[in-house]
Amino acid sequence: MSQQAVNGVSCRGKVLTVENMNPNVKRVEYAVRGPIVQRAVQIEKELREGVKKPFTEVIKANIGDAQAMGQRPITFFRQVLVLCSYPELLEDNKFPEDAKKRARRILDACGGHSIGAYSASQGIECIRQDVARYIERRDGGIPSNPDNIYLSTGASDAIVTILKLLVCGEGRDRTGVMISIPQYPLYSAALADLAAVQINYYLDEDNCWSLNVAELKRALNEAKQHCKPRVLCIINPGNPTGQVQSRQCIEDVIQFAKEEHLFLMADEVYQDNVYAEGCKFHSFKKVLFEMGPEYSSTVEMASFHSTSKCYMGECGFRGGYMEVINMDPEVKAQLTKLVSVRLCPPVPGQALLDLVVNPPQPDEPSYTLFTKERTAVLATLAEKARLTEEIFNEVPGITCNPVQGAMYTFPRITLPQKAIDKAKAEGKVPDMFYCMKLLEEEGICLVPGSGFGQKDGTFHFRMTILPPTEKLKVVLQKIRDFHLRFTNEFS
Amino acid sequence: MGASSTSERLTTALQVNKRVCGWNLTTLRFPLVSRSARRNSPGVRKSYREVIDVSWGDPHRAGVKPLSFVRQVLAACLYPQLMDGDKLMVDVKQRAQRLLKTCAGGSVGSYSDAAGIPQIIQSVSEYILRRDGGIPCHPENIYITPGSQWALTVTNILKVLVNSEASPRTGVLIPVPCHSTTIVSLTALGAVAVPYYLSEERGWALEVETLQQALDSAKGVCNPVALYIINPGNPAGYVQSRKCIQEVIHFAAEKKLFLLADEVYQDCVYGKESEFVSYKRALAEIGAPLSDTVELASFHTASKGLMGECGLRTGYVELVNLDPAVMKYINNLFSTNSCPVLGQVALDVMVNPPQPGDPSYPLYLKVRHFLFTITTGDANSLRGAFAFPRVFLPPKAIEKAKEAGLQPDTFYCMRLLEEAGVLFSPGTEYGQMEGTYHISFCIMTPTDTMEEILKRLSTFHKQFMREFA
Repeated sequence: MSQQAVNGVSCRGKVLTVENMNPNVKRVEYAVRGPIVQRAVQIEKELREGVKKPFTEVIKANIGDAQAMGQRPITFFRQVLVLCSYPELLEDNKFPEDAKKRARRILDACGGHSIGAYSASQGIECIRQDVARYIERRDGGIPSNPDNIYLSTGASDAIVTILKLLVCGEGRDRTGVMISIPQYPLYSAALADLAAVQINYYLDEDNCWSLNVAELKRALNEAKQHCKPRVLCIINPGNPTGQVQSRQCIEDVIQFAKEEHLFLMADEVYQDNVYAEGCKFHSFKKVLFEMGPEYSSTVEMASFHSTSKCYMGECGFRGGYMEVINMDPEVKAQLTKLVSVRLCPPVPGQALLDLVVNPPQPDEPSYTLFTKERTAVLATLAEKARLTEEIFNEVPGITCNPVQGAMYTFPRITLPQKAIDKAKAEGKVPDMFYCMKLLEEEGICLVPGSGFGQKDGTFHFRMTILPPTEKLKVVLQKIRDFHLRFTNEFS
Repeated sequence: MGASSTSERLTTALQVNKRVCGWNLTTLRFPLVSRSARRNSPGVRKSYREVIDVSWGDPHRAGVKPLSFVRQVLAACLYPQLMDGDKLMVDVKQRAQRLLKTCAGGSVGSYSDAAGIPQIIQSVSEYILRRDGGIPCHPENIYITPGSQWALTVTNILKVLVNSEASPRTGVLIPVPCHSTTIVSLTALGAVAVPYYLSEERGWALEVETLQQALDSAKGVCNPVALYIINPGNPAGYVQSRKCIQEVIHFAAEKKLFLLADEVYQDCVYGKESEFVSYKRALAEIGAPLSDTVELASFHTASKGLMGECGLRTGYVELVNLDPAVMKYINNLFSTNSCPVLGQVALDVMVNPPQPGDPSYPLYLKVRHFLFTITTGDANSLRGAFAFPRVFLPPKAIEKAKEAGLQPDTFYCMRLLEEAGVLFSPGTEYGQMEGTYHISFCIMTPTDTMEEILKRLSTFHKQFMREFA
């Protein structure tokens, strides 16, 4: 087989071509790992090869990966996971009893007492039960049925599965899915892939990225003319914007969903990441039930959580779940079948999720250390959120809304007209042009706002607040200096 | 909570993705498995203490112990403090340290690159190179995924091939018998499954004539674009000969079919008569022009073979001879993905096991030999990872089954579960010739488990035959 052939350079007579491949796949883009990240990886390679640059490392502030940026994992979680992976360690007295107890319970629920066996596709039953109990505690006692819990390979898997289930119809009856602008591009990628109609509703930048129902109505009414709107997605706390919705807002959204007969998808993976004074996480389910049976028995909803964010940051385990509310039982049976196609979610991720929903209790040996670590992680994030907002707002040409929650900042940048023109001349979107230049000059990798969606004529970037505090300060400073230079260069 | 009326619900059968709801495949795994789960209720007297579940290709569930080396490496990666002191062997520590360095932030908790950890992809490509006798293997053609099924269906390859809006619809040739998840994923994507029948009398061999028959049956119904092969087979545990593979490749080239080679059981080949030859190797050996043009996706996994780490969910796909423009889109598609890191660690061990001279090698060799020496009974039904023997059921049993609204082999398997505590899969779940019945079970089990299974099966079968004589 020639080198070229292995890479398929000779293209004559291919069975699978760009013309006959699934056209939907061509529309899939995911900015978080898109072209700017590819360039960042290339630059890292060049640095390793000794190419001289104005910087010695690339800081990847593009992806919400806390441990990649140095955040330490929670000791207790890793202890239980190592006991599950290598049960011989259950004899080792260096591990605390509460960790061993949980490991034994998890292993008892696994085929052959091994995390290497497939689990049921919906997830290990006792873990789903633990998740249901966690939800009940979190939501002040509102019942949660383990049969409505589906464990998944990260929240993304569950989100895509629900969308797969809901997207149908042809032409003007094609399912429309409402998504916030700015949004997390997994949604737009999934919608493109499924050939669903994306219905954009704009968050209000001038009001701390708040959601308002008038805007939802506007978007819906326009969309009704060319599709069948059936789903409303909301990310709370928000990504990339970090806003934490007020209780009133959540009620308004539920009300809207009920009136307009929409399936609600509540992406709540950042539920522990709430920093700003006066902000509180309210779960959609809790609010729904507190609105009374007229709502709680009719509004159909799925809410999503994950082990990748919050204080855990265990992205590499691919743990997550969704809870479905008020789904038609026949459709739910089909959902159960649908998830069986990918066999089962990774068992270590399921085990980890079990620990997240079942952490050490005050009377257990690991409680003190666990609480200390958890508090430290969240406090550090809160401090970095505050610092980021403060420093960015000092830069002329950068405006930054408070980072109320999640892990990102999405500041607005003013670009001189000359820069915009230059970008267009080069065939680039202006904020991509800006971010690429920042990457080449400072070795900082951000994601341009165009990857998330923004109001026409405005430009943004998304930066994570995850680098360690001292490094973050340096990054903020460099961005500030770059921005001033950039503005000067193109004035 | 009260239920609203069906007509008001959004998620009614009428209003959801019909392709998902329109499946008429009756997979009976769920009722069987849930019964199995309820089996351990106290106070119910049974002739057995434990249910033996060999209905899945899941070695650990069937009692095979995980490989110590891989679990020690996983442990060291999860909890690096373990590497202080002498608990772990030197080669375990070295492997864990090397792998942790490939993880962002030195932690298995970070996202890996979308295609997989580059150093592990490199190891995979070297493994493939060695396996195929030196045929070049390029890392950029390899994607690591959360299980081979994911690579095939959920995210990628089939998704790219199947144009759900095309008319006529996309067809994919699939063997009969075939694992139900493959068929289900095809239909959920909007493709048509076009069956080709394996030849039971010839040890479930694949004969090219049946491929032609399948194509003929598709005329006017759909547009076949791909040929799905699973070698070694599941549920029928055959292993294709080199000659057969090359015939299939010629056929695919001639009929312009994309080859999907599911080779997840490649390490489960034992018996002197069988040798696993990869599709890629067979293709290369055919030579130009076919070796430069036939498009192939081959799939492998850490779930089977020696490792049996199904629960870690990690596999990979190698793409050969694809159009670079299409590869660009496949790359984009994969970018929304992230494969579990622990599984990638296990994969690294799979493709790069302990070598002679490594401290862990003696134990590794012992376990390897053990697995590869399980060979009992009829060579026909025990190649690969599964047995798929035919059962001849008496007419009275068939009648009884029909009364219960069950397929005869499902009825047989349910009784086997209830009375003997052994869980097999009925042939109905995989497709079989009309009027024939089969049972499927995984043979990747410890010897004493297999002996127990065969003992219980034998007792049960005699009783069953007597009852329905």
